[in-house]
Amino acid sequence: MTFFADIMAATFRNATPLVYGTVGETYTERAGILNLGVEGTMYAGAFFGFAVAYHTGDPWIGLLGAIIVGLMAGALMALMTVTLGANQHVSGLGLTIVLIGISEFANRLMFTGSTLARIEPMPLWDPLAGLGPIGTIANQYGLTYIGFFVVVPISWWVLMKTPLGLSIRAVGENPEAADVAGISVFRIRYIALMIGGALMAVGGAFITLAVLGTFTLDIIAGRGWVVIALVIFGRWRIFRGVLGALIFAAVYSLGLRLHITPGFEGIPNEIMLALPYVIVIVALALSGRNVPYPGAYLKPYRRS
Amino acid sequence: MTLELRRMAENRVGRAGMIAIGAIITILAVTGSAFVIAGANPVDAYYAYFITPLTREFTLLEVLNKATPILFTGTAVAIAFRAGYWNIGVEGQLLMGAVAAAGIGQVVEGWPTLLVLPLMIAGGALAGAAWALVPALLRVRMGIDEVVTTLLLNPVALLVVQGLLHGPWKDPETGFPESPRMAEAAEFPQLSEFIPLIGRSRLHLGFIIAIVVIVIAWWVLSRTSTGLRVRAVGLSPHGARFAGIKVERTLLRVALVSGAIAGIAGVSEVAGIQFRLTEGVSPGFGYTGVVVAMLGGLTMPGVLIAGLLLGDLSVGASSAVRSLQIPSQVGDVVQGTLLLVVIGAVAIYRWRTTREDDRPPDEGEPPPDEPEGQAPVETPPT
Repeated sequence: MTFFADIMAATFRNATPLVYGTVGETYTERAGILNLGVEGTMYAGAFFGFAVAYHTGDPWIGLLGAIIVGLMAGALMALMTVTLGANQHVSGLGLTIVLIGISEFANRLMFTGSTLARIEPMPLWDPLAGLGPIGTIANQYGLTYIGFFVVVPISWWVLMKTPLGLSIRAVGENPEAADVAGISVFRIRYIALMIGGALMAVGGAFITLAVLGTFTLDIIAGRGWVVIALVIFGRWRIFRGVLGALIFAAVYSLGLRLHITPGFEGIPNEIMLALPYVIVIVALALSGRNVPYPGAYLKPYRRS
Repeated sequence: MTLELRRMAENRVGRAGMIAIGAIITILAVTGSAFVIAGANPVDAYYAYFITPLTREFTLLEVLNKATPILFTGTAVAIAFRAGYWNIGVEGQLLMGAVAAAGIGQVVEGWPTLLVLPLMIAGGALAGAAWALVPALLRVRMGIDEVVTTLLLNPVALLVVQGLLHGPWKDPETGFPESPRMAEAAEFPQLSEFIPLIGRSRLHLGFIIAIVVIVIAWWVLSRTSTGLRVRAVGLSPHGARFAGIKVERTLLRVALVSGAIAGIAGVSEVAGIQFRLTEGVSPGFGYTGVVVAMLGGLTMPGVLIAGLLLGDLSVGASSAVRSLQIPSQVGDVVQGTLLLVVIGAVAIYRWRTTREDDRPPDEGEPPPDEPEGQAPVETPPT
């Protein structure tokens, strides 16, 4: 029983950065922009969130710092793909290269000493302590609670039930019609990319501010690419994307746990770590056929 | 009429000049700030990054050496992008080529070099192509976006490398995660050994192979009917299909060739530089390949120039660590900034130009080197 409770608890914890990233990427792709800058944005959120928290002593101010960096990353992506109309694939990859470069450069300048810089990480919330396995599962970081119970439902509501969400979906499906209807395609795409960037950065910052309490190189380790897959797997729907994140995190957590379980030591750790990626690819192959891409996916909008 | 055309041409040249100046100012402002933040004089820093490596024979040869892997990966990316196949898995395909080279290199002790080298190159090419096969099949058979699948296989490839190095290939004596040193017969000869004009350096056979690959790729792309088909598919899959080109088969072949070239990059790094497999065999050469391909405008001469430029930047960045105490990470910032500013400038130029010609972008001929806005063939946006 404790085994499954531990796995469940780890699943929600490991899913958290993916949930923030997936919800963020859903905003941008619903607006018609594939943001391959997600890997770099999560990386910059992780680093700058940590750096601000380290210098102010407060992880929540660090989180604010990460959000600001994420907004800026989203605005830069918007400048490239919305204002200039540059190729989205390459702009996103370029953004990732620049943001990882800047983060590692700043890391080098700020934390040069031989001792590892650490912060007091965000505390765990333990509302159901004493309820046995359920208490174990509910023992999570605040950002996990906020992610699953605030960000996910509100984002669904915003995208599906509000005028802003309607505008985002309109500029992603048919920007010409949206423009005729008086919606500013540029403005809405900027807003979607900036909201998305902020959420991605929070996803990255969760790892440094809550889980680790420190920053290490290669901290995102391809989670951004997983996010891109989860959005397609979720067919641009928030809850399906979250489900994908949970499945990925469950396989990941199970693999990590099995590695230290008697009887499974013989299986190399690397196979366990590679398994979730393989499962995502298989899931895409099984479910990704003829997926309904947003109508204006990858297309810059120009009034002609 | 003639006058009109000439004025338009002059306008275009003028506009291109303005945009180029704007781009250069942006690059200087961004990278200059990075240098200032690092505590260096920007003028000294630019000199150290771009000029110093060219001033001595040893560093000049090192520029060619550093350019070698990214000339391969740049070519691999450019070929795929030209066909509208977004192979962003060059990093993983390179790692698989490196694994193949290290594997073959361990078992060929005493074999003749002339047999070993082709075997190893073929093995690496095959391994790279094999790693590219699954995303390519998913794309052409089922319409699964290759961007995602190629990207996701990069971390998997790195895990394969780590699994081998922490498992069966771990150095039995030192316990380091390094494969055993490869047989001498498998090492790429250094160019200074058989070209008398070339001085002492690490420059190896891989550079020659990279140049040969680029020349062949240039010839095939621009001078053969195969190249014409590749470019046609990249410009308009629907048009190409209408013209009787087998789009899926073309994409599959392009993906495999791209993967094979990436695999040879891995062979070149293992057999020419490291002589063994290490976890750090590629510090992101696959992603740098995207930068090289885009800076080169997806043309082979462009890839050659961009690869040499980034090789220059790489040597400059590592020497500036010592001479000016600029952290080497600034090199990545410079590289990414170059990429963003250049594709931004190209986008502005195209947009203004097509507008002037009263040709909305979606009706006009898409620019040859930027096949953008094309969703996967099987899932055309409605």
